[in-house]
Amino acid sequence: MSNAETPAPAPAGPPPVETLTIKVDGRTVQVPKTMPDWQGKPQATTMLQACALAGVDVPHYCYHPKLPIAGNCRMCLVEFGTPVMDPATRQPVKNEDGSVKIARSVLPYEPGTPRGAIGCATPISPGMEIYPNSPATKQMREAVLESLLINHPLDCPICDQAGECKLQEYSVQHGQATSQFVEAKVHKPKAVDLGPRIMLDDERCILCTRCIRFAKDIAGDDALGIVNRGSYNTIAAAPGMKFDNNYTLNTVDLCPVGALTSKDFRFKMRVWFLKETKSVCTSCATGCNITVGSREDTVHRYEPRENDAVNGPWMCDAGRLNYKWIHREDRLKHVLIRGQKSNWATALKELTAKLATVAAGSAAVIASARQTTEELYLLRQLAAKLGALTDSVPRTQQADRLLVSADRNPNSNGARVTGIATGELGARLPLIAAGIRAGTITTLIVFGEDVTQCGIGADLLARLELLVVSDILPNPTVAAAHYVLPGCAHVEKRGTFLNGKGRLQKFLKGVEAPGDTRPEWEFLHELVHAVTGRNGYTSMEGLFNQMAQDVPAFAGLEWAKLGDQGVTVSI
Amino acid sequence: MAEQFKLVLKNADSPGYTPDMECYLKHGGYQALRKALATAPRDLPDGKKLSPQEVIRDDVKASGLRGRGGAGFSAGLKWSFVDRRSGKPIYLICNADESEPGTFKDRQILHKDPHQLIEGMVISCWANDVKLAYIYIRGEMPHGARILNQALREARAKGFLGKNILGVGYDLEIHVHRGAGAYICGEETGLIESLEGKRAYPRIKPPYFPAVLGLYMCPTIVNNVETLAAVKHIVEMGPVNYAKLGTPNNTGTRLVSLSGDVQKPGYFEIEVGKVTLGQLINDANFGGGLKPGRTLKAVIPGGSSSKVLKAGEVFKLKRKGADGQMTTVDVPLLDLPYDFDSLQAAGSMSGSGAIIVLDDSRSMVETLANLSEFYAHESCGQCTPCREGALWLAKGTHRLSHGEGRKVDAEYLLHIAQNIQGRTICAFGEAAAWPVLSFVKKFREEFEAHGAAAEAARKNSTSAGTHQH
Ligand SMILES: Cc1cc2nc3c(=O)[nH]c(=O)nc-3n(C[C@H](O)[C@H](O)[C@H](O)COP(=O)(O)O)c2cc1C
Ligand code: SF4
Ligand code: SF4
Ligand code: SF4
Ligand code: FES
Repeated sequence: MSNAETPAPAPAGPPPVETLTIKVDGRTVQVPKTMPDWQGKPQATTMLQACALAGVDVPHYCYHPKLPIAGNCRMCLVEFGTPVMDPATRQPVKNEDGSVKIARSVLPYEPGTPRGAIGCATPISPGMEIYPNSPATKQMREAVLESLLINHPLDCPICDQAGECKLQEYSVQHGQATSQFVEAKVHKPKAVDLGPRIMLDDERCILCTRCIRFAKDIAGDDALGIVNRGSYNTIAAAPGMKFDNNYTLNTVDLCPVGALTSKDFRFKMRVWFLKETKSVCTSCATGCNITVGSREDTVHRYEPRENDAVNGPWMCDAGRLNYKWIHREDRLKHVLIRGQKSNWATALKELTAKLATVAAGSAAVIASARQTTEELYLLRQLAAKLGALTDSVPRTQQADRLLVSADRNPNSNGARVTGIATGELGARLPLIAAGIRAGTITTLIVFGEDVTQCGIGADLLARLELLVVSDILPNPTVAAAHYVLPGCAHVEKRGTFLNGKGRLQKFLKGVEAPGDTRPEWEFLHELVHAVTGRNGYTSMEGLFNQMAQDVPAFAGLEWAKLGDQGVTVSI
Repeated sequence: MAEQFKLVLKNADSPGYTPDMECYLKHGGYQALRKALATAPRDLPDGKKLSPQEVIRDDVKASGLRGRGGAGFSAGLKWSFVDRRSGKPIYLICNADESEPGTFKDRQILHKDPHQLIEGMVISCWANDVKLAYIYIRGEMPHGARILNQALREARAKGFLGKNILGVGYDLEIHVHRGAGAYICGEETGLIESLEGKRAYPRIKPPYFPAVLGLYMCPTIVNNVETLAAVKHIVEMGPVNYAKLGTPNNTGTRLVSLSGDVQKPGYFEIEVGKVTLGQLINDANFGGGLKPGRTLKAVIPGGSSSKVLKAGEVFKLKRKGADGQMTTVDVPLLDLPYDFDSLQAAGSMSGSGAIIVLDDSRSMVETLANLSEFYAHESCGQCTPCREGALWLAKGTHRLSHGEGRKVDAEYLLHIAQNIQGRTICAFGEAAAWPVLSFVKKFREEFEAHGAAAEAARKNSTSAGTHQH
């Protein structure tokens, strides 16, 4: 044993971040020595990152925080200086006033001319000064913009990207009013069919290679590349190949100009007319965060909304395009009682009366793991009162290596934590089927599933004394129902989903529901309140907070605390 | 009279010399390799001990050898930057892409004396712990590739290459890789990408310095053919003797490619700095003078990328006097010693060692249009300033040289070129901009006169047109 003193216990919390002191635009700032790169690994902080921390935005095209750095657009060139070092003492040389002498970067072969370095790839060093707004920096930026525009078609009035275009935006902020260019422009292919979902206008492309890097390094589909050389460089799919993986539409979001367009969205709508609503994709258990773009109660697009805890900035094409059913003509729009149009008041009153007299153990509830956590919670309350068996329906397919989960339900974990399902979803469905067959189960409440697809066929449904079904679109179960309660798509209501990794995420309402439809949680809370006699909750906030008290996984949560990015709970 | 000094091309140019192993061995081939492999460790005055490999690396540094590919960077220093602690393999690449217009010197070695290159490479690889090396040869030199492959087979058969070289337990393999015909494949990081099977897009530096993150993200040395051939001679004659050739800081010999308006275009080997530009152009041993009745107009001194020098220019050069003091002296163009430092002091460079002579029959506008067309064609197109600027320059110079110019085109061309240099991923940006900047600045009257003449012609034709109506 050594005689050394026992070392002091390690301080709690994360280790202190090593910082560097630099100047940005004349202001002294301390910035971390390293910052996460596109894969989240710590790398030397770049000038661009340091400027961002100092509140200065360095314009850029090819740089994207979640893609490998290319350094090709040169838009982020900035002038900088470094302390002059005395070669003998290796100490900084001082000015007469005692300040550190700074050598501005100049061309090695032309010492009178300032030299920039690309902010996106140049690491900062101690004592560095960055001049993101100096005349030299501005001149370099203007020159890059001028170069990018000389062969650009400037067809903004008919471009889908107008309003979201970085070329437009930077030209206004950083460009010159006129270009000196008097030569003939280079012409390139327009309306190129890159793949089933993507069109490319090569004349608008600024060759930043974001799309190529995304395809290769994120989606793992090395389908895109550049053909030709120099000014004739052209983005193209590999010969004989289509750009067709489940993530292609992310390149439309990534493209800083209007070169890549979604066939689904092309020419549909000027983007500034769209209302944006924060939401979550429902097509698998990943729960990618999305922004719903809608106008006059019609959904026009889903776009990924960045959330590093879930999807980063991406989403899959299947999820993105899975919104059209919302506006299907055959949506269930009316309350039906034994096939006849009715209304909510009548239906809920009759149901309250019927459910109040159901014998304990003679009912079952099958609630889809596509319903919101709040709805599942309410259904669980009802089931408890009725002594009903409950379950959900599993939807399992292949997972992929990026985002798509094998579990194609958005809320399987919601079904689990509320007690609707235990462990394997669907494990109790055979029990329910057997109960109906044996005549011990005579009442069935189904939310959002066609149970004829999971072992409870029309013959069994015909034996029921009471079949209550809530759904959005017609199906054989709806057809067999005594009571049909038309429900809402998630963009038509509020609620939460608990994703495959235990992240509880809320989504907001973007559009009004059609016809007589009502959010399920709304009519459920009336019904459950009436049947159980428990106090009701008139708002989503109240309902959620009540649920948080009852469901152990949600202990301590409140609706307001969920934020836009959700919270991770232990499941 | 100034003379050639044949070191690298000594054998290659001797009558009856053939590129095969037998001939090379007869001329003392692979003795330098034997000598290198038998190098003893060296004790330094400060008590440190150099391993045999470190001795060779030290000797190359001491020889003062500067890269012959273009930038003239110290070979020994380049080798010292190699990351030797990464645990990754170290690669060596011989840059045999020789594509700089006006340059035809590496091919002399490749075609006539391939074993000299291979010997230099094996020594360089051994000294740098390289187990796998490549010769990246220009696609348009298929014959050179065949010769190299044959020579490599011979070297393997003789035990100079492959497993357990000369019984010292050292393994090395060298592969020939043919390019597919792009100038940018000569830029070392573009070359590396190409060698990896990708489009030859040069890499950004930082972070991809070849010495740290080169081929397959491993430490990599890229040297020119002539540079690697010189290593053999440094080992053979010793660094001190090698450094006695040439002039201080510009040691050894250099192959010069002389083309353009001279009587005897061709390649020559000189001691660096011992022969002047004027001697290279005019001496009977070299270019043999201009064509009859012609006067000198300009010299492109270091490959098409280097800045043009104008006849009659006088440069201020720093010289060390007999007393050791630095003085500034006026040196006229033709008295410039042909070396790295003098050409740099004259505002240009000796680059790839290619001198292109222009006499008074040449239009500077047409010459520049020709050069700019080359750079527009060869820009890889990766980064904005060069991609867009190179073609823009080509279009502008073409227009000017085809009678559609304007007087403002001189300024216009400078504006475009200034926005390329220093702002690109690789030095191709400079290569495209420098000819324009230097041609237009030094021959501005000619460019403006061209534009003015075209303007006047247009004015006449429109006014003539008006009269007809
Ligand atoms: C556009 C461009 C083309 C080049 N082409 C060649 C070439 O053909 N051969 C060559 O040896 N070096 C060429 N270089 C220089 C190489 O990048 C590199 O500096 C050289 O091979 C290093 O060898 P050295 O140090 O022995 O000179 C080129 C550089 C640039 C920017
Ligand atoms: S298509 Fe868009 S993302 Fe792709 S290189 Fe062109 S500008 Fe960049
Ligand atoms: S990965 Fe899943 S949650 Fe994300 S967009 Fe695709 S289907 Fe939707
Ligand atoms: S400078 Fe020119 S050749 Fe070099 S990377 Fe940029 S575009 Fe390519
Ligand atoms: S953002 Fe394109 S070079 Fe930095």
